[in-house]
Amino acid sequence: MSPELSHKLAAAVDGMPAFPKSVQKILELTRDVNCSPKDLVQVIDKDPVVTVKVLRVVNSAYYSLPKQITSINHAVVYLGFNTIKNLALSIAAIGILPAHNAAGFDGQQYLIHSLATAGIAKQLALRVDGADPTDCFIAGLLHDFGKVVFAQFMPQEFRRALETSQWNGSSLHLALREVIGADHAVVGAMLVEKWRFPNDLVETIRYQHNPELKDTPMIACVFAANQISKKLEYGFAGNPCVEELPPTTAARLGGTLDEVIASLGDLTSVFEEARLFSKI
Amino acid sequence: MKVRFWGVRGSIASPGPSTVRYGGNTTCIEIRTDNNELIIIDAGTGIFPLSQTLLAELPVTANVLISHSHWDHIQGLPFFIPNFIPGNTLRLHGAFDPVSGKGIEQVMSVQLQYSYFPVREAEMKARIEYVTLAPEQSIQIGSATVTPYLMNHPVIDFGYRIEANGKSVFFTGDHEPPLNIYEPGDEGFAEYQTFVDEKADSILRAMQGVDVLIADSSYTEQEYPAKKGWGHGTFNTSIQYARAARAKVLFCTHHEPTRSDDALDAVFRQVLSDNPRQAGDPDYRLAREGETYEF
Repeated sequence: MSPELSHKLAAAVDGMPAFPKSVQKILELTRDVNCSPKDLVQVIDKDPVVTVKVLRVVNSAYYSLPKQITSINHAVVYLGFNTIKNLALSIAAIGILPAHNAAGFDGQQYLIHSLATAGIAKQLALRVDGADPTDCFIAGLLHDFGKVVFAQFMPQEFRRALETSQWNGSSLHLALREVIGADHAVVGAMLVEKWRFPNDLVETIRYQHNPELKDTPMIACVFAANQISKKLEYGFAGNPCVEELPPTTAARLGGTLDEVIASLGDLTSVFEEARLFSKI
Repeated sequence: MKVRFWGVRGSIASPGPSTVRYGGNTTCIEIRTDNNELIIIDAGTGIFPLSQTLLAELPVTANVLISHSHWDHIQGLPFFIPNFIPGNTLRLHGAFDPVSGKGIEQVMSVQLQYSYFPVREAEMKARIEYVTLAPEQSIQIGSATVTPYLMNHPVIDFGYRIEANGKSVFFTGDHEPPLNIYEPGDEGFAEYQTFVDEKADSILRAMQGVDVLIADSSYTEQEYPAKKGWGHGTFNTSIQYARAARAKVLFCTHHEPTRSDDALDAVFRQVLSDNPRQAGDPDYRLAREGETYEF
């Protein structure tokens, strides 16, 4: 990816609005001076755009942390609740992500897919050695962040890739590489790396697809959660292909994709929560 | 090392007959190293009388450390007299504000807008420099090592540890020990508690073993419940910090603007009787405008 493109996309995210429900809830909650910190955190950490923007500030060079921060709760303790509240408010003031974009990319379905992937990745982390549930939630929430950036700032190219993928059933990331020369994984990873997010999060976003797929505890959880959300049709982020778990991932999770799904039991509540939050 | 209090009042300057003994100016603390290097923490209204004493030792290099950008900690800056005299240097240190996206220069620029103050920065004769600091990154000011630490207040607030020639002082700025936002039993409680404990440890490490601890002690225990989340400590939280850090002396500061001298004495008597000193405990004092503590 050219440095110009990378710079342009990073700068574009500054002005990028958040999802309707979180903007509405942030405005509603912050009208009360005694707003409950817990309620606000629960809104921020469901919105990929607000989450990215808050974590970007706390991990910035201005605070030169010895260890990067991946959770909104941690950011609240580190910078103080009111600082996070005011950051959220300034993000909400930008406006709301439009329901329709020129790419024809459905933001609401994208949000359901991201939230479901986050929720499932968190559950899977509980049974995978070396995987942290909070980190896996954030990685799940942000794994497709590059797509919503494309939809906003390169809608024509993104539309062509979406159509190609739909038309010939190929994976969306391959279509994106054809059309744009970089897929959402590369762009998403480039952005969070630029904003000094932790390495395991960066590589989970970057190496989330075959054949680059890497074998780490976090990637195993997020990759599987991603396939499960697609298979169960919890939202839709433009990629119709469901992949089987590679042997290394299956070993970490203790079974094939279908076996893992069966072992998770009833996921309706994860889906319902995602659906409610994405509702406009 | 010498510590002199020029302003000990919180929120708003409170001159008048009922605050004569402890003083009505807002936060400003002068620190002199053994080499007589000048460090000033916070620029509340107390910096104005301090700045008049500096006229006897021109030219000066004043290293001002700002804990945070609330008015009562910056309001005296435009009236820092050496700013108007050539040959002096004002070096202003403080935090980056993530909400405005600006560095420490904004505490000067907002106050020097022409509607609010008649002299523009370009017209000031002294050299004015801005140093935006990062938490836990020490800087050297002459013989002193200064380390900022992130505390807990509605805006980014730095506590400062200053060490020179084997002596040390820590000032909290405005600070409320962070609390868990979840209830025991909530899903996030345990995880959040680990963050809170980590923060408490890092604050305690920052103050560990200081000769002088100056701490925000705005409220009594009885007053605190109504002021939770406002970003201020209590006499008791300050005493706990001083004990745990094994400080030699604690100065309680940021006195409530409506608390008269008599009321402050009464409150403090009660605090001391609730927290009887045990062997090895720090000396507990109320910060008083005009007092110098040398050690």
